[in-house]
Amino acid sequence: MTTLESVSRRPPPWRNVRVLRIAFQAAFVFAVALFALYLFANLVRNLDRLGIDTSFDYLSQPAGFAIPDSDFRSTEDLFAALLVGAKNTLFISLLGIFLATILGVVVGVARLSSNWLVRRTAALYVESLRNVPVLLIILFWYLGVLLQLPPIGRAVEWEVLVVSNRGLVGPGLRQTDDLLVLVVVAAAGMAVAATVWIWRTRRFDRTGEPHRRVLWSGGVLLGFLLVGYVAGGMPLAVSLPERGELATTGGFRLSPEYAALLIGLTLYTASHIAEIVRGSILSVPIGQTEAADAVGLSSFDRLRFIVLPQAFRVAIPPVGNQYLNLVKNSSLGVAIAFPEVTRITRITISQGGPAPQAIVVLMGVYLVFSLSIALVMNLVNRRFALKGR
Amino acid sequence: MDTRTLEPLAVPEIAPPERSLPPGRWVKENLFSSWFNGVLTVLLAALLGWALYKIGRFVFVDARWEIVEVNLTNILVFRFPREELWRLWVALYVLAAAFGLGAGVATRVRSEDVRQGRATPPARLMTLRRLGPLLAVVAVFLWFAKSVEATILVAGIAATWIAARAGGRFVPPRHARRAGAAVLVGVAAAYLVVSAFGGVGWERWGGLLLTVFLAVGGIVISFPLGVLLALGRRSSFPAVRVVCVAYIELVRGVPLITILFLGAFMLGFFLPPGSETPSLEARALVGLVLFTAAYVAEIVRGGLQSVPREQTEAAVALGLSPLKTMRLIVLPQALRAVIPALVGQFISLFKDTSLVFIIGLTELLAVSELITKQPEFLAEGLIIETLVFAGFVYWAGSYWMSRESQRLERRLGVGER
Repeated sequence: MTTLESVSRRPPPWRNVRVLRIAFQAAFVFAVALFALYLFANLVRNLDRLGIDTSFDYLSQPAGFAIPDSDFRSTEDLFAALLVGAKNTLFISLLGIFLATILGVVVGVARLSSNWLVRRTAALYVESLRNVPVLLIILFWYLGVLLQLPPIGRAVEWEVLVVSNRGLVGPGLRQTDDLLVLVVVAAAGMAVAATVWIWRTRRFDRTGEPHRRVLWSGGVLLGFLLVGYVAGGMPLAVSLPERGELATTGGFRLSPEYAALLIGLTLYTASHIAEIVRGSILSVPIGQTEAADAVGLSSFDRLRFIVLPQAFRVAIPPVGNQYLNLVKNSSLGVAIAFPEVTRITRITISQGGPAPQAIVVLMGVYLVFSLSIALVMNLVNRRFALKGR
Repeated sequence: MDTRTLEPLAVPEIAPPERSLPPGRWVKENLFSSWFNGVLTVLLAALLGWALYKIGRFVFVDARWEIVEVNLTNILVFRFPREELWRLWVALYVLAAAFGLGAGVATRVRSEDVRQGRATPPARLMTLRRLGPLLAVVAVFLWFAKSVEATILVAGIAATWIAARAGGRFVPPRHARRAGAAVLVGVAAAYLVVSAFGGVGWERWGGLLLTVFLAVGGIVISFPLGVLLALGRRSSFPAVRVVCVAYIELVRGVPLITILFLGAFMLGFFLPPGSETPSLEARALVGLVLFTAAYVAEIVRGGLQSVPREQTEAAVALGLSPLKTMRLIVLPQALRAVIPALVGQFISLFKDTSLVFIIGLTELLAVSELITKQPEFLAEGLIIETLVFAGFVYWAGSYWMSRESQRLERRLGVGER
């Protein structure tokens, strides 16, 4: 039949949807590429005109600046400086995440306390910190609190703590001997402790007897550490801070920059995590709480075994977002001269380093951090998500 | 055979009884319900009492607020030429008239809707209480200004707003769209009053004025970009999708400050050789827009996903073109659903504008730090006063907006339709 033939006949290319789709996408990609090329060409020409190198060779130049609180010397190259900065970013982020989680959960639970005063105090904390820029909180702690502490000559000393505007110094550990034996034994201890943990959990699943896995594994680990410490010739000693004329010696020193950034990030992020925790607890059906009451669980057990595990599941994705925000906000250390990776980049640029490459490297570092955290949170989420169809 | 079906038993819904306890019982139930709660109450009360005493003493006795008093204009506008300040007052009057009119029309439309049963009556929340944080800031500013003229001018602004709102209630609901346009015209007029006709361009603004401008300008410019990115991310063309996803995820993976660095140090390099480098203010705004667009895109994407498929299918069945489907059916519903989230993003942006301090702009936070370096205040340790004041301004703005956004959320019935 003619009609069937005309239907099955291929349309001309300019009316063929498949061809048009491909043509449109090609045009789109072409336009985007053209725009990017235009920007890049401008960049190269501008840099040429200014005599700025477009390679990444600057990374192997000597840094020319020292980094406080590290072994970094100004003769080492910029790449090493960036590594030190990235390490600082990483450590302060991990510590901040740890502290903000604890504080956030406590405040979030307190927001729903049966005690009116506790509830109100937690709400006050959340509402006042959430609505202020994190940079302001960090600056407040740095300029307003920590730098206003008495100078080192008039430092406040509480037993083992020395507090001055040069930082907070407390007891620390000092290495007196080779650490190899201790490290090896500690690693072995961790492996054994993990095995014990799994064994106790499986036994609990099988028999229902209390697992007491924290006690068991902790005991095992502690025993190993003790053995390693003695066998390794007691390589660590407690070092107490001693106040000198211009600085304290010994002990563990928290610089004002480090402390301000850590406190600011923790307080701010905790206020956000608290809201998430509160929301997730409210998302647990009230029947769960009532059932827990009905079987006679104490209010702590009810929280520990019934409500929090279910709230936890809901809270994972948004809390992961807050962790990402914390890592990104740690870049505000640049404002108070904490030597994290943004600060190092800022110094590099102000010393005449090529800004384009430096910023690309900086973004790359943060992308790696962000993607790693996103990956870990996705894995955790998958592990704890309800298995549904 | 008995074919009667069982009628469901009509159970009248009884609201739970209102509980009003005598004070003694209330204290027992809310503060001392168990020994643990009792200990907690006592400890916390002691701690709070001490903190309140300290804070109260600082705010009302110890603090040397003269640094704020002297620098009030600096905090508000910084570099803005003082002889042109009248332009800002005029602009505020124009804005008050425009937004008052808009509020009046909105109230009218809403009461009309309520009468016809299309909306629930608004929650009874007094306007004064709603505007509480803002009024507090204005009151504090006036207190520090100690100026009769300023007080009269501010009272005039409030009166203008109230009058315009009353006038707006006479506008019939069918002209609501025109009223919306009138608000936009008012905003544009206010901007022109300040910057055009020999006025002060926004690149010479500072202090709180710059903070607000960067936040408003940032969200307004990034909104269309964000919508385009969101549409691109949900496009059926893989190539478009890849480009949009790459941009969004790249920007969301890095801190704002790196994008501000990009704007501050590199934007000039991307322009054709020989062209003039834009001002630092403009470069900062570009950075804020590039950053915010990615977040707006994710919000809008959420809205697009919340529109049921059937809406698109129905539109296609009616013969609407894809473009019309998007413009007339999907986008209006999607954007309506994301208004509260967009307000949330605006609040973030409002707080994040403080980061331009790091690249050297003099917005609210930067001014607060800068004024402590004036010769008469140098090394006096007054940074606490200025930061507390700036923090209060930020807090009031964000807190007010976040409550408004919650109200909006309830009113739009997000999640209920």
